[in-house]
Amino acid sequence: MASSSSTHAVDIAQAMITAPSPLGEWLVILPVALCIIVGAVLMLVRKHTFWHPVIAIPALVLLVVIDAMLLYAVCTTGPITMVAGRWLPPFGIAFSADIMSALFALAASIVGLAGAIFAVDDVNRSGRRYGFYPFLMLLLAGVSGAVLTGDIFNLYVWFEVLLISSFGLLILGSTHEQLDGAMKYAVLNLIGTTLFLIAVAYLYAVFGTLNMADVAMRARDDATLPTATIAALFVLAFGMKAAAFPVNFWLPASYHTPRTVVSALFGGLLTKVGIYALLRVMVMILPGDLANLGMLIGISAFLTILLAGMGAIAQHDMRRAVGYIVIVGIGNMLAGVAIGSVEGLEGAVFYALHSIILMTALYFVTGLAGKLAGGFSIGAIAGLYRRAPAFSGLSLALFFAAAGLPPFSGFWPKAILVKSALADGSWWLAAAILIGGFFSTFALGRVFLLAYWRPAPLGGGGPVIRLSTLEWLPLIGLSALVIIFGLYPEPLLAVVSRAVEGILSPEGYFMSVFPGGGL
Amino acid sequence: MESVLAVLVGIFFAAAIYLMLSRHSIRIMLGIAILGNAVNLLIFTAGRITGLTPPIIEEGADTLGAGTANPLPQALILTAIVISFSFLAFLLVLTYRAYQDLNTDDTDDMRSAEPKDQPMPPTGY
Repeated sequence: MASSSSTHAVDIAQAMITAPSPLGEWLVILPVALCIIVGAVLMLVRKHTFWHPVIAIPALVLLVVIDAMLLYAVCTTGPITMVAGRWLPPFGIAFSADIMSALFALAASIVGLAGAIFAVDDVNRSGRRYGFYPFLMLLLAGVSGAVLTGDIFNLYVWFEVLLISSFGLLILGSTHEQLDGAMKYAVLNLIGTTLFLIAVAYLYAVFGTLNMADVAMRARDDATLPTATIAALFVLAFGMKAAAFPVNFWLPASYHTPRTVVSALFGGLLTKVGIYALLRVMVMILPGDLANLGMLIGISAFLTILLAGMGAIAQHDMRRAVGYIVIVGIGNMLAGVAIGSVEGLEGAVFYALHSIILMTALYFVTGLAGKLAGGFSIGAIAGLYRRAPAFSGLSLALFFAAAGLPPFSGFWPKAILVKSALADGSWWLAAAILIGGFFSTFALGRVFLLAYWRPAPLGGGGPVIRLSTLEWLPLIGLSALVIIFGLYPEPLLAVVSRAVEGILSPEGYFMSVFPGGGL
Repeated sequence: MESVLAVLVGIFFAAAIYLMLSRHSIRIMLGIAILGNAVNLLIFTAGRITGLTPPIIEEGADTLGAGTANPLPQALILTAIVISFSFLAFLLVLTYRAYQDLNTDDTDDMRSAEPKDQPMPPTGY
């Protein structure tokens, strides 16, 4: 038997609460429940493709509202926990939300809503019939579940939920490119989650429990426990999810193959879930091992930034270049985790939130540019600026944000990261972040120069094309967020710093899971 | 008992990694299937092999008696089996489709998404 249940005397009377759950606790599971239920309803009306967006978009608006309420609730009252069947941990399986979970869930729901609106025009009838909207709802269920769960085995299960829906989305359309990209994506991500499961098995062998709060408390109580192997496995598994060097080659091989909206959701959401899990597990649950592995994560971050930056410069396909820009961002977040100071983690969380919104918008822009120009090769596109000036202006703003230039949202987390790296003495990480920013500016600047600015060849260029409202709306909404958080970063920064405080000293989280102070 | 299972898990992992290093996608799939089972056995061993008494709470008692088997790893493995089974089913279909459409099961030749002879990006205006 695993060590826990035999050594701790369990008070059976305290194990189950019979009073009904307070209304506030339902907020924790509502995002997941809503997504799964709506996904099931969409499957029922599979053949009536007209109704898919009509059902999915209001549901996602509701999801944004629920996640915003959840964020408000955890900011005012502290972390919330709901347990299965009212059995208290360690018996019941917990869903716990603290500020960091709520922030990621809110960002994910905003991106999901933008994607659902964009998809009305982007996904054709057969794409809907093959289940774009149900897969989208299940993807969001997976992401919400992964950020809100309080049990590490359930984290694995939610990873698999979002993985299987991402396979479905990736393969939508079944072109040769997609099959090829999906093979690499599917196999490597499945191996990544299997590594995660191996780490979970070892974690259970050492701690005898899988509740995150329980494990975190035991790891803090006894620093002699053999957790180094587990931590290394977690870093490898989540690094693979997040596309960190050297396990990132599946991303540029697959992210440019699906439809625009699918690439956008993937670029925005999936890698950031890996970063979320890394923060949760390495900072909150196994804080002792983060110090030991900091150097390793730092080297990985260093190489991720530089190699992905060079990769972005070497691309002649706009979508592939954006794929490498996503990886540069991952390197920046990893650098924050590697530094491990309060400031470094704040930079990483801020960067992740910014990146969720921005990368989605950037893929939207890329997809629309390809649609306007009839191809994605930056050598062949020319004269976009002449034909769509407003769209080009918006693209330039997003390019600036991705490169980390002020006054857009990319600037602040990068400034925080560079400052914390210098304060920590990791000048090489600061240098990598700055050089990565230069590479991104160079790569995106060249895209703007050649694809947008360069005049179209004589007689070419084609007519002026108008984009539909449903394509403009999500793009403008996400860009507005990028600009607002660039100009007024203080409110978000304040919430982010409370979120980091919450994972660095998670007493509030423990109290919400074990109201009696633990067994 | 644990040491026997540990050796078995090691053999499973070795076989899985050997197969996954192959260039042929069907052998990679077989490797993944074995890998899933290796992890399941690992979870089983991680829960300690304690006894052969089934984990049923006796009448009048509130907790399991001494020497009963640990039910939790079995629940975890059941979940993991269901998940890995469905993934394997998906991957086999994907492999078959990829073989049909791309006319190869050699991963070195699967380069539709990343063509070998990409032109260099433009260097001038």
